[in-house]
Parts: sequence; structure tokens; C-alpha cells
Amino acid sequence: MAPVPAYLDHAATTPMSPAALAAMTAELAEVGNPSSLHAAGRRARKVVEQAREHIAHALGAQPVDVIFTSGGTEADNLAVLGLYRARRAADPARTHVVASAIEHHAVLDPVQALADREGATIHWLAVNRCGQVDLEHLQALLRDHGQQLAFVAVMSANNEVGTRQPVSDVVAACAPLGIPVHSDAVQSVAWEPFNFRASGLATAAITAHKVGGPHGIGALLLARGVALEPITFGGGQEAKLRSGTLDAPAAAAFATALAETVAQQPERAARVRALREQLVAAVRECAPDAVLNGCDDCLPSVAHFSFPGCEGDALLMLLDAAGVQCSTGSACTAGVPEPSHVMLAMGRDRATARGSLRFSLGATSSAADIDALREALPAAVTRARQAGQALAR
Amino acid sequence: MKVLAALSGGVDSAVAAARCVDAGHDVTAVHLALSQTPEARRSGARGCCSLEDSRDARRVADSLGIPYYVWDIAERFTEEVIDDFIAEYAAGRTPNPCLRCNERIKFAAVLERALALGFDAVCTGHYASIRQADDGAWELHRAVDPAKDQSYVLAVLTQEQLAHCMFPLGDSTKEQVRAEALARGLQVASKPDSHDICFIPDGDTKAWLSARIGVRAGDIRDAESGEVIGEHDGAHAYTVGQRRGLGLDVSAPDRARRYVVGVDTASNTVLVGPPTLLDVDAIAADRAVWCGPFPSVGEAVSAQVRAHGEVLPARLTSVDGERAAAVTVTLTEPLRGVAPGQALVLYAGSRVIGSATITRSWREQR
Repeated sequence: MAPVPAYLDHAATTPMSPAALAAMTAELAEVGNPSSLHAAGRRARKVVEQAREHIAHALGAQPVDVIFTSGGTEADNLAVLGLYRARRAADPARTHVVASAIEHHAVLDPVQALADREGATIHWLAVNRCGQVDLEHLQALLRDHGQQLAFVAVMSANNEVGTRQPVSDVVAACAPLGIPVHSDAVQSVAWEPFNFRASGLATAAITAHKVGGPHGIGALLLARGVALEPITFGGGQEAKLRSGTLDAPAAAAFATALAETVAQQPERAARVRALREQLVAAVRECAPDAVLNGCDDCLPSVAHFSFPGCEGDALLMLLDAAGVQCSTGSACTAGVPEPSHVMLAMGRDRATARGSLRFSLGATSSAADIDALREALPAAVTRARQAGQALAR
Repeated sequence: MKVLAALSGGVDSAVAAARCVDAGHDVTAVHLALSQTPEARRSGARGCCSLEDSRDARRVADSLGIPYYVWDIAERFTEEVIDDFIAEYAAGRTPNPCLRCNERIKFAAVLERALALGFDAVCTGHYASIRQADDGAWELHRAVDPAKDQSYVLAVLTQEQLAHCMFPLGDSTKEQVRAEALARGLQVASKPDSHDICFIPDGDTKAWLSARIGVRAGDIRDAESGEVIGEHDGAHAYTVGQRRGLGLDVSAPDRARRYVVGVDTASNTVLVGPPTLLDVDAIAADRAVWCGPFPSVGEAVSAQVRAHGEVLPARLTSVDGERAAAVTVTLTEPLRGVAPGQALVLYAGSRVIGSATITRSWREQR
């Protein structure tokens, strides 16, 4: 009997909302490059600018703050590389970077590239066992390197374990020194109010497909007065900071999905938080020794567990075969599950890091998904434990 | 059956997996990541280990509509195969890493994990056949395509392992497999064959070993006169039977070509001599693994000492030790260039009896 698939990987991507899908398909039928000066171009331009306004409105930003990109990764890259180069151009002494050790690879890797290719010195901001950044460590770094810092990057909530980060405290600490702060807000915008202008952030990265929009479009929010160098060159769309033909259908769908998500946020978050509690209870019932990672101050949508003696990828495969789709939460190299840098930064050993799974919920999640997990998990854990961590040694 | 199909990203394993699906099995694909630092793209004709190969394997699995996972066995592979390869060469022996990988990784660690995870069998694209005898015993046989037959590197499989292995390509030629891949619309149909050693990207084994074992100058001696006639930069880089790369500027008095006839890494000496010194008709080997019943003294067999090498009639002259771990064979006609470390694989017709690691070889009759 083929099981009914249970999708518990909404943090990877979540279904498009019907309204966003309708907005996108309607617009796909139209011709017009938003940069063209004729009627078709003007029509497309209007779609893009309306989308920009809706997105800005949903996130407490001004339309001029919104720079469309191809997604969260490009937005993060533009912020990291663009802020660094602009700040260093203004003062060559600014070659140091502070980034939390639990950033998504979209931030982690361009930061590392700055060290490898442009001589930057990186200070990885430590986190506690719950995965929250250590503000005392930040204070020490600001004290020792304040004048040399190009920027500080701290995500709004971690994508693997769901822990929320004290971004406002980070901004408050950096503000007196005039140090710009970038925040990857990709995971959190669906679940909690975000007021970009009030946040004091220099830049924030968001993406459409985590809020019910399409893949392939995201945005960098850029505060007025923050200097940023472009990283791509071409037609000069997006205030010469990001080149490439604007995608009117995707922008329309992005705006539709985000507006819908933000409008429904309180109810959605409360409903999903209740489902998360059911999920956590179900996992504890099926695998009493499973350890919930993260802390209470977390996204309502993510529950991350370590299963002692199991390998995460074995569990994932067994659950997948039983119709339950989840993630190890960590990045892959050639599909090879690496021990999560987030779990390692949180002080876990490699075996624990490898033995972890992330379940994540979204707007379309229901109690049936939890039931499917409750059904499949016991056998999967038993088998995965038998297989052990033999290959990893 | 629940079958785990190992996909390398090449054409053989792709067709093997496809045949497994056609046979009605519940197939899951796994790509074994062997390298800790995979290259983005294939270099040369390597058939594994790069991100490109991993992507090709994934594409095959998607085409077949089966789940695909990557198993990271890089650490185990490094310890059991690469480190062993280096240690064997450093000790003056000539190991076969494919055989070692089959013995320690593919049909050991991977098979064990597959069984623990609830699979019944592991399927690979090796060219060999598994048959079940009337008494229920499992037999490993040569593939029908002599040019592709890989029974030599599989001669380390025991009854327990054979019971859980599937080699669907044993009855096909490479040409048939390529044609089938094309007919099935598999994108890897025309991908070049892999050859050489998968973890030595440019195929330059000597340079690869020197970088790991080090360069140490030593003498090249004439095996018959004992005279020093040249210098080398590390005995480990030489293999018995080798003729090229000796760099000797003094030709032999009889103008005969000279070959490496012995390697002594302890004294870092390479012995050279005429090819007649390479002819042996007796081989001793240990660490034997038998696919089925142990052989007995006096048994007439055929012997092979390298993949796709000559197959010679032989007779077992001794079988000793626990689980018949040490054997000697005599050959009815001499064989040239047998190096310690190579695998001696014994056959009864097309059936593989088993394999053992060569420790010594000599000339008995002249």
C-alpha cells in the first residue's frame, strides 16, 4: 500500500499559494520587458513596481529599499560582498568581518570567499548550546576590532534548528560604531512581523519560495544611506545595484504571496505552533531518547531532533520510503550529508550532528502529516539504529 | 526484493539498475562518494568520484523513477583502500585497489549497511554472473564478455555476500549494454569507460605514490652479477616485470632488454635482469578468500594473476592454515612477471574458486 505522502520540509520550500500561482500565470501570458519604454514595457514596469510597493509595505520598508534578486542566496551574496567592498573602499582599514557561525551557506560561503580572495579577516560569532549568538562575544569583537569592521551578519532565525536570533541587540551594539548589520531573514518573514526600517538593519535578504511564492526570485532590502557595491554588471536595472531583466510574473507572485502571508501571519503562526507541539510530542512518543535541539525562542515551524545512534541520512531515506519527507537540515556536498556546521557550532559532536533530522511545517501542514510521521518513525528509528553509523566511523 | 543499486554515474551501473527495476524489484539508488574532496568535473576518463559523476548518477535514478541517495564512504575508503594501497607499494608489493574496495567497502561496509537498513540485495554494474547450484550454493562465474569480465576483482566474495549480490550484466557484452542504455534514453549511454585507478586523477601512479611515500635515491643492481648499474628515486615506484622507466644507460653485455625482477624496499634496491628471470611456475599466496568450498591439494584449476591477464592451467600443491588461508600452485607453463601483492585468482572453468594475495613466486622446473 503506497503511503500518503506527508510533506514535512517546508523550510526547504513550501507550496505556492493559489493566489500567487494565479498572479504568476496571468502575468506569464503577457509580453513586455519592464525596462522597455513602449506600452508593453510600461505595463510590465507597472506590475513590477506594484509588486515592489506591496513587498515594501508588507515588510515595513520603502519601495526604494527593495532590490529584486534571483533569490535569497543572491541577496545574501550581494549584501556580503557589496557591503564589504563599499566599506573597504571608504576606509581601507575595514577588512574585518563578523558573522555568526550558524549562518546559512549563502552568507557563510561569500564571507569565507572574502577571506580567501580579498584578504578579509573573519570573526565567527559564537553561539550557545541553543544556537543563539553570544552577545558578549560580539561586544568583545566590537571592542577589539570596531574600527576595522566592514559589517556584521546575523540571521534572523536559523534555518536548521529554528532558533531566533537577538538581531535588535546586535543592531543596537553596532549602531554607535556605525557598523552596518546584514540579516538573512529568509526563514523568519513567513512567521513573524518584520519592520525593516524600524529594525536599523543595513540590509536584509528575503526569498519568495519560503512564503508561498515562486522559486527564482527574492530581494535584498537596503536601507537608505547604506553604501553597497554591485556584484553583477549589465543593464543596470535595480538602481545599478543588480542587473538583469526584471521578472514581472515572479515579482507579482512574490508580492501576492508575501502580502497574503503577512496578513494571515498571527493565525497561521499560532496554528502551526500548535502543530509543532503535536509533532514534538509524536517524536518523543516514538523515540523517547530523541533530543529536541534549539530553544523555546524559535520559529513556530521548525523542530530539529537528534536521534542517538542513528544517521540522519539513513532516517531520511527510511522515512522517505514510508512517504514522510523531511530533511537533515544541513548542506550537502555532492549530496553527501556533512555534519551540520550549525550543530557543531552549538557544541555537538560530529556523531550527534550527523544523527539529526529537521521537520518543518508550513501553511498547508495538517495533523495528518503528524499522524503519518507517528506511523513511520518507530520502524525507521529501529532500522537506522541497527545500521548505526558504520560508514562514518 | 528490496534492492539497493549502486550507481557510479557510468553506463554499466545505470543499465544494471534499470534491469533490476524491470525485473520488478523495489529499487533504491545509492551513489558512493569515495573522495573527501570531490572535483567539480570529471578529469580524463575517470568514472567516479567527481560531482559530475554524482550528478550523472542522480539523473539516471530520476530517469528510472527511483529514489537516489549519496552515501559518504570517503573516510572508510581512504583508510581501507587508499592507505592500504600506499602501504603496500611502500612495502614493495603491487596491490589491486579495486579488489580491495570490493572486499572491504562495496560488498562489506555498504552491503552490511544495506542489509541493516532492510534491503535484501545490492546490485552493481560489474560484469560477472552469480548462479545458484542445485544444492543451493551460490557460484560466481565469469561474464560472457571476456573483454569486460570483472570476476577477477570480485573473487573476494563469500557465500554470504554472493547471496545478497546482483550482477545483472554478466550475460551481456559492453556493446549490448551501451545499446541498451541508448534505447532506454539514459543520458550516460555514450559516457567513456572508466579505467585506471579512480583515486589517481591523472593516471600517473608513480608520481602519485612518490608524492606520498617520498623520493629516496637507491641502487639499481644487476640481479645476476650483483653489480650496481644505475640509480632510482624510490624502490616503491617499481613493479616486478616492469621494463620502461629504468633509465639505464648501460645496455646489457648481450644487449638484451632488462626488466625489474625484484624490489626490496627495506634496502631500497631494485634488481634488474633478463626476462628469463621473470618466468615463474610456482606461486605462493596467503589471506585466501574462498567463494565456496575450499580447494584441495592436487586439484586442477586455472590461475590468473592480474585483471584481464593470461589464464594458465595450474595445480594446487599445498593448502594450509585455518580456512585454507595459504596455498601454493604450480603452473604447467611459466608465467612472466608475477609481483608480490597481486591477487592469485583460481577458477574451475568459468567458476571462481577464490583468491589469495601472492607472497612469493619462483621457478621450479627448467
